[in-house]
Amino acid sequence: MEKAVIFAGFGGQGILLAGKILARAGMNRGLEVTWLPSYGPEMRGGTANCTVVVADSPIGSPVVDNPEALVAMNAPSLDKFEARVAEDGIVVVNSSLIKRPLKRQDVRSILVPVNDIAMELGNPRVINMVALGALVRALGVVSLEDVQAAMEEELRGKGRDKLIALNREALRRGFSEAEKYVTGDA
Amino acid sequence: MSRVLMRGNEAIAEAAIRSGLKCYFCYPITPQGELVEYMAKELPKRGGVFLQAESEVAAINMVYGAAAAGVRTMTSSSSPGISLKQEGISYIAMARLPCVIVNMMRGGPGLGNIAPAQGDYFQATKGGGHGDYHLIVLAPSTVPEAAELVRLAFELSDKYRVPAMILADGMIGQMMEPVELPEPVDPKDIPERPWAVTGAKGRPRNVISSFDLEPEGLREMNLVLQDTYREIERSEVRWEEVETEDAEILLVAYGTMGRIAKTVVRLAREEGLKTGLLRPITLWPFPYEPIRKLAERVKTVLTVELSAGQMWEDVRLAVEGRAETPFYGELGGVVPSPKRILEEVRKYVG
Amino acid sequence: MSVEVAIPEGYVKIFSKPRALSDAKYTYCPGCHHGIITRLVAEAIDELGILERTVGIAPVGCAVFLDRFFNCDFVQAAHGRACAVATGIKRARPDLVVFTYQGDGDLAAIGTAETIHAANRGENITVIFVNNGIYGMTGGEMAPTTLPGQRTTTTPLGREPRLHGFPLKISEMLAQLDGPAYITRQAVFDYKHIVRAKQAILKAFRNQLEGKGFSLVEILSTCPTNWRMSPADAGRWVAEEVVKTYPLGDLKDVG
Repeated sequence: MEKAVIFAGFGGQGILLAGKILARAGMNRGLEVTWLPSYGPEMRGGTANCTVVVADSPIGSPVVDNPEALVAMNAPSLDKFEARVAEDGIVVVNSSLIKRPLKRQDVRSILVPVNDIAMELGNPRVINMVALGALVRALGVVSLEDVQAAMEEELRGKGRDKLIALNREALRRGFSEAEKYVTGDA
Repeated sequence: MSRVLMRGNEAIAEAAIRSGLKCYFCYPITPQGELVEYMAKELPKRGGVFLQAESEVAAINMVYGAAAAGVRTMTSSSSPGISLKQEGISYIAMARLPCVIVNMMRGGPGLGNIAPAQGDYFQATKGGGHGDYHLIVLAPSTVPEAAELVRLAFELSDKYRVPAMILADGMIGQMMEPVELPEPVDPKDIPERPWAVTGAKGRPRNVISSFDLEPEGLREMNLVLQDTYREIERSEVRWEEVETEDAEILLVAYGTMGRIAKTVVRLAREEGLKTGLLRPITLWPFPYEPIRKLAERVKTVLTVELSAGQMWEDVRLAVEGRAETPFYGELGGVVPSPKRILEEVRKYVG
Repeated sequence: MSVEVAIPEGYVKIFSKPRALSDAKYTYCPGCHHGIITRLVAEAIDELGILERTVGIAPVGCAVFLDRFFNCDFVQAAHGRACAVATGIKRARPDLVVFTYQGDGDLAAIGTAETIHAANRGENITVIFVNNGIYGMTGGEMAPTTLPGQRTTTTPLGREPRLHGFPLKISEMLAQLDGPAYITRQAVFDYKHIVRAKQAILKAFRNQLEGKGFSLVEILSTCPTNWRMSPADAGRWVAEEVVKTYPLGDLKDVG
């Protein structure tokens, strides 16, 4: 098993952290993982993306041509990466910001109004966790509990403890939002 | 032992601290900023010295001073900064001081960019500054291997009194992987440095110098270096082989390209193409002999690099006509996908 | 080799070579003030009793053989980098007494950045800055400290400030910084000034022992060979002309 995910969006949408939490969850499961960010000047307020690979054997290239999944947090990200998603792959679309349908017919789209859900939860900053929750449900490599635990490890003791409960809920909401698109168990 | 998820830059810093690093000197440059920041935060807490110098030139000369004073010391930078350090590295090599230099290579020449590249191979393996000298050059291809090789770099540098370089690239610096960090070194296991300048009390005075105006004297100093290099070439060549037993085509790649090439081997094997990989871990000393042996058996030795063909020259020296030696490289920080390299492989086998 | 001479009955030895100096012969030109300055440093090391914990940094320039003249540990630095090397040693082993000994090409041209930043950090080191306004070892080229109108091999018609820049007053520059403890300019062209220079050098070392931070003693020196003067004329030139551009005295002293 080797699955690659590209997380992409605006800088400030918590893209890199969402990827890191997925990687950590995979590592805690005893899997091999790589987390590769785009880096450099584009980090400063422009677009951001990272590639996470989770596998049950040593990972060769952390650079992936055709990821099994894409999390597109805004329209430019979908434009940039849609064509690269593997056949029968998954695209988590932030339908709060992306209004166009997918061009691809051979991938599964999971439409999640990420910003709207985050606003309902009372904090727009948890959009990354909503999206990650949805991805986790669709990808089926780690469980909701795995990412919730990894998120806690990531936030604990860094002055963000009080956000843990909210982020748990955001992950759960994303996870159940993806439920209706998924057949079979995670 | 538990695994921690760390960036390459951070894993290198932590491994260095656990290897008994006492003094670290730096100048900020991307893509190794996290290494500098990690050191700033951690090293003073753990009894070491962190100092941000006014330039790369000053930083390497501070390393020269601290190494002369007999402590484990290190600097890190990226390509343009490493160019600036070359003067100091040449002095350190001739003065026979142990130290570790990390180069997180980026796209060049000139200011280039901050994307991963391997254009500093010549500079790293053939000396780099003026004069006849070598560094021990270690090329990690993963984050855990980077942590491992930092420890080895300190050990080899101490053992031979030859500066050691970790030659990686922006991708290894920036990416995260699970790492098993080395145990903190026992200070008793760090070799004594009877030659260091520690104050001439109860012993003849020590002088650290790279200088002798008399040609015969300077030749003697050079011969000591050359003898050391021959010893290192005999004893310290390291490499990894993947699926070479029945290979018809051998890939040779190091660092980031080395790990990408592993995926290429897997994809090629899935297509029934008998493909193997030799990944040099020490770039100097270079694994000439293992490549030569494999070249007896394979039809093609394909070198793949993020450069215009620098390591390729050493591969051809190793193969010496025993097989065809094509090359595929990318430039400017472009990282080729495994599929792109697979297309190259298909040209020569199957 | 030193020759041991028996002291005759009734005589008292009142002058001898400092313990800090070795038996090696100086490589300085006859009449050059380097010889005096090197000896003053050695005397200061003797008087403070610090020979066994002192590390000197030799520069590139006329003092490139400095390590041979002393009996303490020494490091030979690259051109201009002495203050960076000293920083590395002192930070690694703060118990050592670390001094650099640099000419004006080394310290004030190629090593300007290393000098200013070591001073600005208040590195607890002692810097002996020998300013003779010329590159002596390489053949009498213009230094940043060369006086206007002064002929050198690279200013054959004399230094023209509009083309070649003005004399660089490093000590005045450093005195503006918050980092240094002590910046002074001295000369050794006569006995009175030699005594003062010695006191300044002693103070610069004492400051380090007391942890006060960066101390620099600039000493105006001669280059009879490249100035094309007799040693006596060269000394007079410093006393009468050079001091007009580079006035003597303390520029900064935090006490």
